[in-house]
Amino acid sequence: MSQIHVSTTINGDPVEYLCEPDETLLDVLRDRLGLTGSKEGCGSGDCGACSVTVDGRLVCSCLMLGAEADGKQVGTIEGLAEGENLHPLQRKFLEHAALQCGVCTPGFLVAAKSLLERNSDPTETEVRYWLAGNLCRCTGYDKIVRAVLDTAHDMKGA
Amino acid sequence: MLDKPKDAVLDREFKVVGSRPVRPDGVDKVTGRAKFGADVSAPGMLIGKVLRSPHPHARIHSIDIHAALAVPGVKAIVTRDDFAENKKHKDVLCNIMARDKALYEGHAVAAIAATTGAIARKALKLIKIDYDILPHVTDVDEAMADDAPILHDTMITRGVDPAPEKPSNVAQRFDFGHGDVEDGFAKADVIIERSFKTEAAHQGYIEPHACLASVTEDGHGELWCCTQGHYAVRDVCASLLGMEVSKLRVTASEIGGGFGGKTTVFLEPLALMMSRKTGRPIKMVMDRDEVFRASGPTASTSSWVKVGATKDGKITAASAEFRYQGGAFKGSPVQFGAMCAFACYALENVKTVGFDVVTNRPKQAAYRAPGAPMAAFAVESVIEELAIKLGIDPVEFRLKNAAAEGDTSSYGPKFPRIGLVETLEAAKAHEHYSAPLGPNQGRGIGSGYWFNFGGATSVSLNVHPDGTVALVVGTPDIGGSRASMNLMAAEELGIPYDKVNTIVADTASLGFNETSHGSRVTFASGLATIEAARNAKNECCARAAMIWEIEPDAVTWEDGCAKPAGANAGNFEPMTLADIAKIAEKTGGPISGHFEKNPAGAGASFATHMVDVEVDPDTGRVEILRFTVIQDAGKAIHPSYVEGQFQGGAVQGVGWALNEEYIYGADGKMQNPGFLDYRIPVCSDLPMIDTVIVEVPNPGHPYGVRGVGETGIVPPMAAIANAISAAAGVRMTELPMSPPKVLKAIDDANGSA
Ligand code: FES
Ligand code: FES
Repeated sequence: MSQIHVSTTINGDPVEYLCEPDETLLDVLRDRLGLTGSKEGCGSGDCGACSVTVDGRLVCSCLMLGAEADGKQVGTIEGLAEGENLHPLQRKFLEHAALQCGVCTPGFLVAAKSLLERNSDPTETEVRYWLAGNLCRCTGYDKIVRAVLDTAHDMKGA
Repeated sequence: MLDKPKDAVLDREFKVVGSRPVRPDGVDKVTGRAKFGADVSAPGMLIGKVLRSPHPHARIHSIDIHAALAVPGVKAIVTRDDFAENKKHKDVLCNIMARDKALYEGHAVAAIAATTGAIARKALKLIKIDYDILPHVTDVDEAMADDAPILHDTMITRGVDPAPEKPSNVAQRFDFGHGDVEDGFAKADVIIERSFKTEAAHQGYIEPHACLASVTEDGHGELWCCTQGHYAVRDVCASLLGMEVSKLRVTASEIGGGFGGKTTVFLEPLALMMSRKTGRPIKMVMDRDEVFRASGPTASTSSWVKVGATKDGKITAASAEFRYQGGAFKGSPVQFGAMCAFACYALENVKTVGFDVVTNRPKQAAYRAPGAPMAAFAVESVIEELAIKLGIDPVEFRLKNAAAEGDTSSYGPKFPRIGLVETLEAAKAHEHYSAPLGPNQGRGIGSGYWFNFGGATSVSLNVHPDGTVALVVGTPDIGGSRASMNLMAAEELGIPYDKVNTIVADTASLGFNETSHGSRVTFASGLATIEAARNAKNECCARAAMIWEIEPDAVTWEDGCAKPAGANAGNFEPMTLADIAKIAEKTGGPISGHFEKNPAGAGASFATHMVDVEVDPDTGRVEILRFTVIQDAGKAIHPSYVEGQFQGGAVQGVGWALNEEYIYGADGKMQNPGFLDYRIPVCSDLPMIDTVIVEVPNPGHPYGVRGVGETGIVPPMAAIANAISAAAGVRMTELPMSPPKVLKAIDDANGSA
């Protein structure tokens, strides 16, 4: 099988690559494009460590083919900060110590950003259900939920 | 009697220790920059994949690699034949690559390096193995039966006299205790006796094992891997490959969780061997199902506990037997389980027996307070039941019998200053303890203990010319320890937190550092950091003395400055670290402080957990409503990360209590090797986890630090079982307490009522 040529946009930049027909978007990001911020925790859609957005929708990049990104807008953790400025979620995660090992963190941040774009004032329960597809084994989620709620609170005030 | 020595640390006012600054590696971790095990690659790199046994127990007659080797793109294959016998690491060698037998489903039997992962996977299917399938056993009690299939025909049980003549699956028996338990039980008014079972749980770190290895033609090796202990990885790999230790440099990547599970080697020796064979870098990453089948979950257990007490609530005797299977090789954590089981109590008569058992399962690795949680589940369930039967408040009952300074522990040594009583008092005083409960709701308590550990430690602290500091440690940072190290160095030097930058060095840059385990990092690397900073301060004082032309001992260090020690010493302007560092070249060269030690004095940490649950009587589902963790930290260096350890440990305990288990079919294969079926707690399963940090300083650490990483997983299973009992009137004695089991217990209780 020959490789497929893909033209896509990643974090706002035009990107082209060749990939195998059965290659996941996650593998393309990590192994072909050097965007290793998205992690593989399971490869089966169960952990959310590979979370990215595709045309604004939150997806597990391990469940999507690289070829399917053609013509789409892909958003990854590497695109969260704007220049020198961390995204408010990134700042709050740091302030609240919402990470221990940090391997789940990119996925949580991408997922939480996607939540706040849809719902700028989520309840604790809404945060917990939105993030239920992201596994964190270190923190018990307490500080992650607080960081997201605090971000929403601050962004509302701003 | 002498007055108790005063804890020097109690009076100390800290400037930065106890604050909550952002961790130095934080930005890298929220931006995706941080490099974990699988995040690096190298030019010319090959991908390695492992062929694993589909059988739980089978003799390997022959391995035919010819067809696989002929696949274009396949560059090397390794099997048992590539590794020489190794006396020192016999079991490790046999675990990373099966020798005469495959001992569990998932046991590695060959590995392939190829130009792509897809080619390697395809070639794996072409390796022909002639297996002779043997009967298997995965349950601990069945493995101890007389007619059980035997894993190792050389295994003669140790610790029994006279030694048995026949081999068995029992590697060793352990005995602990003192007094006369029969006598003690005779004095009891009430005795409770029960049997328990717990299933194996996996540490469940989100990052699978990964490494990148490179060996050059002249025999130098470099290894990058996610590990809790790169020095241990270096030593084991060097031995297995027959390399000199100095020729192998290991760098620890950022590590995506470990909890004890990343304290041994799996892929690393295979990657190094294939790199040696090909002269090319080899990258290997486990799939999630490999992590479940072939890394090191914890033990499954079976136990029996008997405790007796008088009417007024004094325990007169406690006895227990623990049987832990730790997979296919000796070394289950039963010894620790038997030691920790009754450690919370001051007992006149106590006896624990432990059996270390092998089965056809992956070899267990450490998991957070290895061995203690299963024993605590059994013991704390019986303790609570006994309290209720005696009509005594469960916290009061524990307080009446709680171990304190000077008591002889159930496993031998006398306790130094410990903080169990303080955690129980804090539980009693907590608003949670008397909060109202609704229908089908119940509250449970559990206490727990873990020893904590010191271990060989080496630290360097380098003062830069501008007065900022590089702190170089050798203990991988799993949960924010760089922040704690920064804080301790800044505190000791009297400089701001952000003037210190802590890095984790490779194995060539520091002396041996014991693995990041045993809750030892903040204690041992922290102690070494403080001592290294003191050495650097002394050097700074000497430099100032030289400049001022006074005696070195006439200079003191205060508020980040060298100052004359008193009026007699002379009148000189204080010099800051930066002042001294700037001209260090002229006063004797660069300034640094080092410290190497194997520190004794690790301080045990006790915890008491309080949990409210609601049990759905129609489905048996247990909902965690409220959870409060109270634990003695000694001194919390960075309270946020201390709380994080408490919360993370408690939630892992929730998973172990309610959902997580290795499920084996009759075929001896794991049936749930993925996060969908091995279900760890998710965000929507949980409430906030409240924490109370108790600080009873550890006299063995300059700032009073005890370790906090492990104790948090010890009490939850019992606390939740006790809460379920209070809510639904059923005593659960098997983990996990999943809905079908709880429902059955409720139905049985109703049927018999
Ligand atoms: S790696 Fe995609 S969900 Fe786990
Ligand atoms: S911080 Fe380690 S998995 Fe979330």
